[in-house]
Amino acid sequence: MTALSVKPSDVAIKESLDTVIDSEKYKMIAENVTISYDKVPAVKNITMKFKEKSVTALIGPSGCGKTTFLRCLNRMHDMTKNASVTGKVMIDNIDLYDKSIDPIYHRRKVGMVFQKPNPFPTMSIYDNVTAGLKLNGVRDKKILDEIVEDSLKMAYLWDEVKHDLKKSAIELSGGQQQRLCIARALAIQPEVLLMDEPASALDPIATQKIEETIMELKKEYTIIIVTHNMQQAVRVSDYTGFMYLGDLIEFRETKKLFTDPKHELTAKYVQGQFG
Amino acid sequence: MTTTNERRQEYRNLFKQNVEKRLLVDKAVRIVVFACVIIAIIPLGSILVEVFKNGISAISYEFLTETPGSIGSGEGGIGPAIQGTLIIIGLSSLIGVPIGVMSGIYLSEYGDNRLARSIRFFNDVFMEFPSIVLGIFAFLVIVLILGHFSVWAGAFALSLIMFPIVARTTEESLKMVPITYREAGTALGLKKWVITFRIVISAAKSGMITGILLSVSRIGGETAPLIMTILGSSQFFSSMDVPMDALPLRIWRLSLLPYDSAQLQGWGSALVLIIIILGINLGVRYFFANRKNGILGQLVKKGIHAKN
Amino acid sequence: MARIKLKPEKPGRRPIADKIFKIGATVAGVYVLVMVTLLVFQLVSESYPIWEEDGLSFITSTDWNAVDGRESFGALPYILGTLVTASLAMLIGVPLSIGIAMFISDAPPKIGGPLGFLVELLAAVPSVIYGLWGLFVFRLYFKDWIEKPLHDLFGDSIFLFSGTPFGLDIITASVILAIMIIPTVSAVSREVMKAVPQQQKEAAYMLGATKWEMFKLAVFPYSKTGLIGASILGLGRAVGETMAVTMLIGNATGIAAIPSSLFKPSQTMSSIIANEFVEASPASLHLPALIAVALVLLLIAIAINVVAHFLVTRMMNVKEGAINN
Repeated sequence: MTALSVKPSDVAIKESLDTVIDSEKYKMIAENVTISYDKVPAVKNITMKFKEKSVTALIGPSGCGKTTFLRCLNRMHDMTKNASVTGKVMIDNIDLYDKSIDPIYHRRKVGMVFQKPNPFPTMSIYDNVTAGLKLNGVRDKKILDEIVEDSLKMAYLWDEVKHDLKKSAIELSGGQQQRLCIARALAIQPEVLLMDEPASALDPIATQKIEETIMELKKEYTIIIVTHNMQQAVRVSDYTGFMYLGDLIEFRETKKLFTDPKHELTAKYVQGQFG
Repeated sequence: MTTTNERRQEYRNLFKQNVEKRLLVDKAVRIVVFACVIIAIIPLGSILVEVFKNGISAISYEFLTETPGSIGSGEGGIGPAIQGTLIIIGLSSLIGVPIGVMSGIYLSEYGDNRLARSIRFFNDVFMEFPSIVLGIFAFLVIVLILGHFSVWAGAFALSLIMFPIVARTTEESLKMVPITYREAGTALGLKKWVITFRIVISAAKSGMITGILLSVSRIGGETAPLIMTILGSSQFFSSMDVPMDALPLRIWRLSLLPYDSAQLQGWGSALVLIIIILGINLGVRYFFANRKNGILGQLVKKGIHAKN
Repeated sequence: MARIKLKPEKPGRRPIADKIFKIGATVAGVYVLVMVTLLVFQLVSESYPIWEEDGLSFITSTDWNAVDGRESFGALPYILGTLVTASLAMLIGVPLSIGIAMFISDAPPKIGGPLGFLVELLAAVPSVIYGLWGLFVFRLYFKDWIEKPLHDLFGDSIFLFSGTPFGLDIITASVILAIMIIPTVSAVSREVMKAVPQQQKEAAYMLGATKWEMFKLAVFPYSKTGLIGASILGLGRAVGETMAVTMLIGNATGIAAIPSSLFKPSQTMSSIIANEFVEASPASLHLPALIAVALVLLLIAIAINVVAHFLVTRMMNVKEGAINN
């Protein structure tokens, strides 16, 4: 694998970033983010900008740090005991990691969907969707009902479950559970949606439904999706970032990255020369 | 989408109000659970401090070696009790450990059938038997038959507490030895009993010793089963067929007397007992129970440490 | 590794040594079955005289008279005493234990490790020393700081606080029992809470929950069954406890032992046995009565522990089940 230990050139990345996204609005900007576990860096000094109402895919071989990076975008690493994060993550010009801001209020703007569907097993469909709302103090039944319907519709689940919202969440199929998790994340009215290989645990039909959902959602939300499935990245995303061993190698419009990669590593990866 | 952006912003505006309150509640909970820990540790500290503080003034060479004086006189010592505790621990282990170890071997190496499953189940159930009931059992089958209180009865009773614990910890320790060890032995043409003793037990040694020593420290503090088996005595050990003293028994009997001198001797006895018990306990943790063998976790889960 | 002598074995023949080994191990295994059977048999047969005499009314009677010619025994006060003290111990000890489990499961290892160790050390202290400390230290503070004030303020109005607070009573015994069950209940609770999948906690966190809210959303609903099991395990521990209770409960017998107030003395099944067994004359019904009490104690202890283990293992086995489709 010695041929692959080619260092990413900063110029190549900067070129990618700037030519891709011109003066359009960035919803989220990650600046110089480094994430370390027990002082060993897993994500090294990454800067990425995410355009509003677009889908950005993060691809790369296992262990490249794409999931680790994704999780720092909503401060998920606060839960990990030996993780340390440096750098900035700006959403609407507010740095999530700034000590003076209140993380609970601002983190809410970033929702997350995980790899394996994880609805709360002791709660009904309705209660799963309203879980985040109740945390935020919303009690009005009318409003709750409205938001539940809205969220489930956006997740393409409403028609399938509207007749029995009190059903237990774990009685749904895998694909339905995942869409429920999407609805749950959408219910708290985020502006950015993070998805960590959302369809990898699902069958092809369910996967297709999830991808359709993403295509609809991107009309309103900024979505960042980690995927190991390159075809999915091509189908669904507008921009793609390729990561390798903790570095950001290349970041461009999806079509361009896959058809005309600028970096040797990217080319090798998209051609399937290593996984 | 039927919900407009304005509506969404209205939703978001509903959210703002309560974050400070939630953080306050979170902080309050943190304080409460920390207080729980402190409330639990204070008695431990108090017990250790009081036992040491009150007991140390009773300790002397005479105290540790002489027989008790007349009641209330404040003279004499707890020599027979210390001797008795050591004897009873030793005898009980002699009975309980081999049975427990072989039983644990059975469950681990031959334990895939219905008989083993019921043995395991009853082993767990037996561990929950109140120790005073075990004392009565020993009384009925030994003391009543022989016609007098006896050291055998006490050792038997305590061995009944020991062997299920040793069986369980032995089984767990043996199970942690990878099956490849046994396969290697079989490939070498070794007999099963050789494989078990020479290879598997060698590997499981530290977990097994941990379990054995912890069960020893547990029975050292047991009082109830001794009440109706060895009864207690003011004399040093003379024969297996008469009553004998032990530290927990002496502590209890001293606590019932209304004299200050008895109280002092009680604290002194408690100090000696605690030193023995904690000595074994902490020694085991320090020397044997490391993260690797996980036996300690198993034992705590099973609630091995409870005492009667 | 020890040196091993290799001896080539004749193929196809099962070595005698192995057969003996297997028999020996099996005998050791079966030993527990033999003991259980023998024990129950002994308890039943030696207590038979009292069952023959009184039948099941032994369990509901409150008499306790060992005087020759007027013998009459009933276990009810002691059954109640055991249940009341154990339940109080559970009421006090379980919330503390769950709080401890919450703290330790969340604290960084440098703090959680030593504190967890100290809580575990509580379990290493012999019961008789808990009794000694309770008798000569705890009781005095408890009597003056809590019992007396409560009695003076509410003694007349609330029946729970009537009776002269001397310190040798139900509440003192129950508090010490509570301390004694904390190591077990908190350790099992911690295991149960650890079994909650990380993704559940992450889902709550993603919604913007605080630590406490995450417990409420993800940990408690999921581990509810296991926590109840842990609590009942604590109840079982408390039921079987003997020495500390005997030294603190005040040694009442018969009707006077029926739990009526927190500040009145009482008696448990194990404490009446500890107090009276050695003095009881085998010729009378006294000894069979005590053995019958032991039998009842055994059955109650087993029942509680079986239920507790069932709940805990059920929760630990279910953790994978639900979310896989």
